[in-house]
Amino acid sequence: MSPHRIAGRDQGAPIRFSFDGEAIEGRAGDTLASALMASGVRLMGRSFKLHRPRGVVTAGPEEPSALVTVVRPGRRDVNLPATMVELFDGLEAHSQNRWPRLDLDLMSVTGRLGSLFSAGFYYKTFMGPQGAWERLYEPLIRRAAGLGHASTEADPDSYEIVHAHCEVLVIGSGLAGLSAARAAGEAGRRVIVLEQDRAFGGGALVDGALESWRSSTLAALSAMPEVRMLYRTTAVGAYGHGVVAALERVADHLPEPEPFQPRQRLYVIRARRIVLATGAVERLVALANNDVPGVMLATAARAYVNRHGAAPGRSAVFFVNNDEAYAAVRDLKAAGIAIAAVVDPREPTPIAAEAEAAGLPVLFGHEVTAVRGRRSVAGVRVRKRGTMQERAIACDLLGLSGGYSPQTQLAAQAQLGTAWIEAIAGFAAIGPSPDAEAFSAMIPAGAAAGVFGRLEAARHGAAAGARAAGLASDPAQPPAEAREPAVPPRRDGPIMPLWEVRGRGKAFVDLQNDVTADDMRQAAREGYRHVEHAKRYTTHGMGTDQGRTGGLVGAAVLAAAQGREVSAVGLSKPRPFVTPVSFGALAGAETGAHFKPERRLPLHGWHEAHGAVFVRIGLWLRPLVYSGGDTSWGPVVAEARAVRSGVGITDVSSLGKIDVRGRDAAAFLDRIYANGFSSLSVGKARYGLMLREDGIVFDDGTTSRLAEDHFIVTTTTGKATEALEHMEFHAQCVWPELDVRLANIADHWAQFAIAGPRSRAVLSRIVAGLDLSNEGFPFMAAGEAIIAGVPGRIFRISFSGELAYEVAVPAGHAAFVWDAIMAAGEPDGIRPYGLDALNLMRIEKGHVAGSELNGQTTAADLGLGRMLKKKGDFIGRALAGRPALAAADRLQLVGLHPVNKARRLRNGAHLVSAGEPKRSQGYLTAACMTSEGPHDWIGLALLEGGHGRHGERMIATSPVHDEAIEVEIASPHRLDPENARVKA
Amino acid sequence: MLRITCPHCGPRDEIEFRYRGDASLSRPGPEDDAKAFQRYAYERENPAGMHLEWWLHVGGCRRALKLQRDTASHVIGGAGEP
Repeated sequence: MSPHRIAGRDQGAPIRFSFDGEAIEGRAGDTLASALMASGVRLMGRSFKLHRPRGVVTAGPEEPSALVTVVRPGRRDVNLPATMVELFDGLEAHSQNRWPRLDLDLMSVTGRLGSLFSAGFYYKTFMGPQGAWERLYEPLIRRAAGLGHASTEADPDSYEIVHAHCEVLVIGSGLAGLSAARAAGEAGRRVIVLEQDRAFGGGALVDGALESWRSSTLAALSAMPEVRMLYRTTAVGAYGHGVVAALERVADHLPEPEPFQPRQRLYVIRARRIVLATGAVERLVALANNDVPGVMLATAARAYVNRHGAAPGRSAVFFVNNDEAYAAVRDLKAAGIAIAAVVDPREPTPIAAEAEAAGLPVLFGHEVTAVRGRRSVAGVRVRKRGTMQERAIACDLLGLSGGYSPQTQLAAQAQLGTAWIEAIAGFAAIGPSPDAEAFSAMIPAGAAAGVFGRLEAARHGAAAGARAAGLASDPAQPPAEAREPAVPPRRDGPIMPLWEVRGRGKAFVDLQNDVTADDMRQAAREGYRHVEHAKRYTTHGMGTDQGRTGGLVGAAVLAAAQGREVSAVGLSKPRPFVTPVSFGALAGAETGAHFKPERRLPLHGWHEAHGAVFVRIGLWLRPLVYSGGDTSWGPVVAEARAVRSGVGITDVSSLGKIDVRGRDAAAFLDRIYANGFSSLSVGKARYGLMLREDGIVFDDGTTSRLAEDHFIVTTTTGKATEALEHMEFHAQCVWPELDVRLANIADHWAQFAIAGPRSRAVLSRIVAGLDLSNEGFPFMAAGEAIIAGVPGRIFRISFSGELAYEVAVPAGHAAFVWDAIMAAGEPDGIRPYGLDALNLMRIEKGHVAGSELNGQTTAADLGLGRMLKKKGDFIGRALAGRPALAAADRLQLVGLHPVNKARRLRNGAHLVSAGEPKRSQGYLTAACMTSEGPHDWIGLALLEGGHGRHGERMIATSPVHDEAIEVEIASPHRLDPENARVKA
Repeated sequence: MLRITCPHCGPRDEIEFRYRGDASLSRPGPEDDAKAFQRYAYERENPAGMHLEWWLHVGGCRRALKLQRDTASHVIGGAGEP
């Protein structure tokens, strides 16, 4: 047996693992930290900035120092606290931030450079010349300072996000948590208990006197079908209204997940009430070289002895300022570890005096001033407080206890109050006040609420559980004795707040980020008075451990430097997550193709089979061009020419479609649109322009009147969701007196545009019940018809500028009708056209689209000012009339073409005048090759005062392409400005 | 994350709703001028405390509800139909 195992406590089955390539044997039930400790390994890592040797300090997730990388085939997990890594056969762990080896770290020279690396070192040192930061300093610093290096491979594991609901959520399973769960469970509530450890019990796991209570309580809970116990699960964020996120490490303790398992599972829990029973974490004391391997928190030393049978040392000195820590001293002594001294700055308390009487060498009124040793503790220097006379005591372990900080991070996130409790020298969760409870839904219990003592925490937890269950809690009637641990009441003497012992050497307040007490004083001197400012300047508390062990210590040093109380300085705000969460867990199953939903048109399969190149517009996949992959302009121009000379068909099913009905439907649309709709006759369609209340254009589309009280509104694809909400809001909230009903029919109807001079001929072959002649169904007519045997709707509207129809049929019939149109159009050479050709033709025609309806343009800017009603109210009426929105130098819609017609124009190029090449007067919103010339280009632009500048020559400049092209400004309506084609 | 009790659907997550602004405002009428509309469109009390607001249950019944919410504590006082 290893000499570092405690005799008689070496029971688990052997497990083989490796650390930095060395094969080591641990025992079942070990963590990596306990297994390394039991095999005599003390040096577990190098510190972040100074590369100082570091060992394990804690026995939990608050570990600041022993961070490792665990490597599995195809996987590499970094910055894991060795205290939380459960051993499995074949585990391969590596230390971090050392070069070339852990025991010979050449970068450790940084640690010898004295005070050079003090707070603000980077800011003050790595200045100028320009560009040097990115090119020189940052890469250098990143190599020298840092943590583990993440894998660059794709993550082979799966993750899942689970939604869970309960009436009472208990966070923590110590004395308070288990008591709360039992009380709520016995009341019949649905309970979820979260425990970050691999076993339930919290502090009871390291206290032999509580074992029988722990096992009987767990047995009682497991008999309650409505109580769900989750271990290896950390509550990582509290969001108010009973919502908590928790991370379950499902398979991190295994070589790899079982085939059916996710590696980790993120819970989103919605609870009616939450009992916060997160306990307290022991604090370090800032003193010289308090980071040497072998300096450990007293509770942690006790945990290694009692839970793992691992000996943290052979000869220990304890430096403690409270009575709780004496339990650790007693347990180490019982395990055969020599106690060289217990250094206690206080006067004797009853418990401390008893310890002395039992034979422990207690030095009352003394303090430890420094730790000796570099790679391992060799001893400590001790003096009587108030004197300068120091003496050395040899030891290989220093057990530190500066008191216990209630874990209030989740309480703060849920806006539960925290308050300074003098008796524990710390901030505890309080309340909640009845007001705040409605948001936080959280009841603190046990040590998290500042209630220390085993019996007291159990009772406090039971009361909190009863309250969370909605039972009237009666403090005069404590729960049945059988449910309480058989331990005496707490009789601890007072703690002596002790944050720092000044001496020679680095006294760390944040071991992970190498922040010393001197750094905190320097921050105070340089004016970083607020704890949040000091945190950011020094990086105090910014590591993966979030400053659990030294946060309050640093705040206390900062407070002392300012002559303030630490209770007034406070802790920095703890944001989610309270422990690191992998990106994989946050993403869950929503990776790759599942990252966003994909909306497919009803005819997606047809488009795919006919060589469509798809483009993603919002969530929609839409055919860009039918070219089998060729994305050059050739196929686009060919599609547009087919329409202009014959007939084409395109799928516009992604347009928003809203069915508007009711006695006041027309009056409602009159107010929604800037132009009027009550004047629209039944059987007609009209282009409509929606403004926002501030007078800016919101959306456009075509609206048709099918009956007096029945309209079909179409919106643009991009604004479909917003426009519907806009209309619903106004119908329900602004004009509830109007009789109008809205139905979103966007997905119910497929819609195709059939465009080109031959479109009427093609449609006439398959349309029944509607006279399609120019007289019978003129431009802007709308009506119902039977299309290839399918009842549908036809609108004579045109975006291309050609004679055109839009046909709408129920989505389930889309393929059938489309095929019928294609067959009917075959003699005319009908061909499908995509979004690029659609866009090309609208640019030629001068129609506006998304890039012109950009949330900055007014109707007047777009040349649509005359559409605004002169009479009657509508959204945007009043504010559209503001003088600044009518200013002559506003950006206004123009068309343009290059003087050398074949020069390629670029979307986004800026328009400048030759005399003023650096002042942008506008920019191109659209550019394309035309359907006319062989290789001619045209564009649309928004140009200062553009309406009055047709014929002017300007430069379209695109500095990123190193281009400057001479263009001529023109009307945006190049094609058929008289609108003869659409009316043909 | 807010949990909002929709009068039609019951308690639901905030993400099912779309915030539609201050519900204590009423839109000026056809006779009102730009000044009145400026107040309606731009000017807000922005209280640190109880605020009456519109929420549209777009991920549920698509009805609008009026919600009393404390902007400082996120305590929800009550929800009802317009």
